[in-house]
Amino acid sequence: MAAASQGPLPKGLVAVGAVLLCIGSYWGLAQAPGEIFMGDVQRIMYVHVPTAWNAMLALTFAFVCAVFFLFTNSWKWDNRLEAAMEMGVVLSLLLCTQGAIWAKPTWGVWWDWDPRLTTTAVMVFAFGGILALRAFVDDPMKRAVWSAVACIVAFADVPIVYFSVKWWNSLHQAQSTPATVSKAFHWPLRINAFGILFLWAGLVALRTRVAALRLRSEIAPPLPAPSARGTDARASGSAW
Amino acid sequence: MTAFLTALRKDFLLQWRGRGQIVAIFAFGAATLLLFSFAIGPDSVALRQHAAGFLWLGLLLASTLSLAESFEREMEEQALEGLLLLPASARALYYGKAVANCAQLAMIGAALVPVMVVLYDAGTIRLLSLLGVIVLGTAGLSAPGTLYAAMTAQTRARQTLLPLLLFPLVVPVLLAAVKATSLLILGDPMGQLRPWASLLGAFAVVHWALGGLLFGRVVED
Amino acid sequence: MYVRYGKRDHRAELDGNARIRPPSPLVRRCQQGAMKAATLRDRAYSIRRMIAVAAAGLSRRYGRRWALTDVSFELPGGALAMVSGRNGSGKSTLLRVLATAIRPDLGTATILGHDLRADREAVRERTALLGHRTHLYEPLTALENLALVARFLGGDRRRAALLERLEEVGLADRAGDAVQTFSAGMRQRLALARVLQQEARVVLLDEPYGHLDPPGFLLVDGVLRRLRARGITVLMATHLLQRGRTLCDRSLVLDAGRLVFAGATAEMPEPAGSDGAGFAEGA
Repeated sequence: MAAASQGPLPKGLVAVGAVLLCIGSYWGLAQAPGEIFMGDVQRIMYVHVPTAWNAMLALTFAFVCAVFFLFTNSWKWDNRLEAAMEMGVVLSLLLCTQGAIWAKPTWGVWWDWDPRLTTTAVMVFAFGGILALRAFVDDPMKRAVWSAVACIVAFADVPIVYFSVKWWNSLHQAQSTPATVSKAFHWPLRINAFGILFLWAGLVALRTRVAALRLRSEIAPPLPAPSARGTDARASGSAW
Repeated sequence: MTAFLTALRKDFLLQWRGRGQIVAIFAFGAATLLLFSFAIGPDSVALRQHAAGFLWLGLLLASTLSLAESFEREMEEQALEGLLLLPASARALYYGKAVANCAQLAMIGAALVPVMVVLYDAGTIRLLSLLGVIVLGTAGLSAPGTLYAAMTAQTRARQTLLPLLLFPLVVPVLLAAVKATSLLILGDPMGQLRPWASLLGAFAVVHWALGGLLFGRVVED
Repeated sequence: MYVRYGKRDHRAELDGNARIRPPSPLVRRCQQGAMKAATLRDRAYSIRRMIAVAAAGLSRRYGRRWALTDVSFELPGGALAMVSGRNGSGKSTLLRVLATAIRPDLGTATILGHDLRADREAVRERTALLGHRTHLYEPLTALENLALVARFLGGDRRRAALLERLEEVGLADRAGDAVQTFSAGMRQRLALARVLQQEARVVLLDEPYGHLDPPGFLLVDGVLRRLRARGITVLMATHLLQRGRTLCDRSLVLDAGRLVFAGATAEMPEPAGSDGAGFAEGA
């Protein structure tokens, strides 16, 4: 991935992803037959479900980056962490918006306390808070360590939040979750899922590059190492 | 173990010396409870129904003050770094601080109960269970709270960052504690208290373990 | 004087506390032997003039600025060394790196045979730092601050012993007062007492004379002499060059993060431009 962030691969990914997304969305939103009970409103599932998968994937990737950073102390994992968290927050925000768009015509309110959507909203605040933390810390090493620690704690909290909200909500009303898609129409779903996956993977790679450049402008470059010098163990390796 | 006890003793001593501030934080909590009743209106039925929520919201707001203050003394002369250099185990220091914070929050919570009883006519005879719920809830608040307070005490915008980081994280505590307290106040015909209490316990266990593991990285360079 | 017995410390002399059973004589001899072996190993560094502190290529940056660049030197055990330089030349950073308060970005150092990076706990057990911040708890009293150190390190925490320590720095009459009532000079003295309480084999002092009055200067001189007499290696950062030259046998000079001189004090060059020449140093 080190070389991948530099070359044309990220832009290629973004392009392919965008194309796939267009195909899948057109198919699902315009071509696929409407669902029996909810009609056209249900078509948002062709975008909503792939976004949900990818949001969770992005946040899981952020968690993995955080763990790797704490073990390796390598800047490249911090750059990826920053990119992945931003992407996770953006996708989760999209998810909440789509959920609201679905809920208004269906339930008449902008927000139904669906466990999955509510957990997503909590995650937006949690990871958004970590991004805010990054903005207020000047020392790059502290910033990296703290955001990795906060990311791990927030991610470990996700299942607990989900179960507690699910339980809490189940006592109030029998909420039906946004309907699943009938088996016959999985293809637009899959195409969209991969579309969004490639899209966010490419964007994260590009954003990682930006983060690395920003870091490079913040810290002094490593001193040239003569033969007798010890190794740089505090933050090692390339920024990728 | 002795390191943990020494750290705990140190934190209790610091709390005792700063007990004026604890009283002020309690007053802040009581004031927020009062404000909630003004926000809802003089509808005693509604107030009674939501009393548990108000109590825990008030306690949550008070906790931001209490947690932030717990690290003031550690950072002003870098006393925490001084202890780490002795050497003292970071884990022991964390658990000492977290237990002391939990005790302080539980005391403030317990002190807010009579305020709740008076303002919202929301009492319960199951006082011991209520105290248990308060202890479990504040344990859940203080574990991640101590971790984040240590972080934010070293940053610029410490007042805003701590609640921003902590509140989304402790949503399960809020949900479960409010539910459990509500059951105690309004009656629990189906015996649902235990599952909510175990949710609080599970949250506390997970975060006390995580905090102990991660605290060292947060305070060391 | 006490020995460790299992996981708890028992006082060899009973303090009128009948609950504490002293360990059997055989156990005591074995444990004293073990304790002696460990401290003898450390003491050997000064007895046999081995190198106690060896820095190799230490470098540390803060943001875009390298505060220390490739600092390498050796200090024999028992040396009383001073490090001097202009403001911002990296003296405090060097002391903090050696004390393991901050990590070096490049290079490493060995203190009494233990590596800074690999063996941080062991280095911390053997070093004590008097830093720019006092490491004190303001609401606690002088005695309580010292007792805290004693508790963590398993040292003698009887009131009499701690009072003796405070007497050494001239604070015995303010033992029961909270640190927030202290002046800057008194805080400095208490911080010094705290360092002495740690009974470390390598002592790192950052501007020990700062904030002190003339009697305080003599106090620090006395402390330094006593430390040297016990074979403890001392590295002191100071601006008081004349005082340093009389006391210290070795000296380091830093300039903008680089080491420009390391050797015997007698051979130390005069500061460039003699900016300090016109100032009268402390008495």
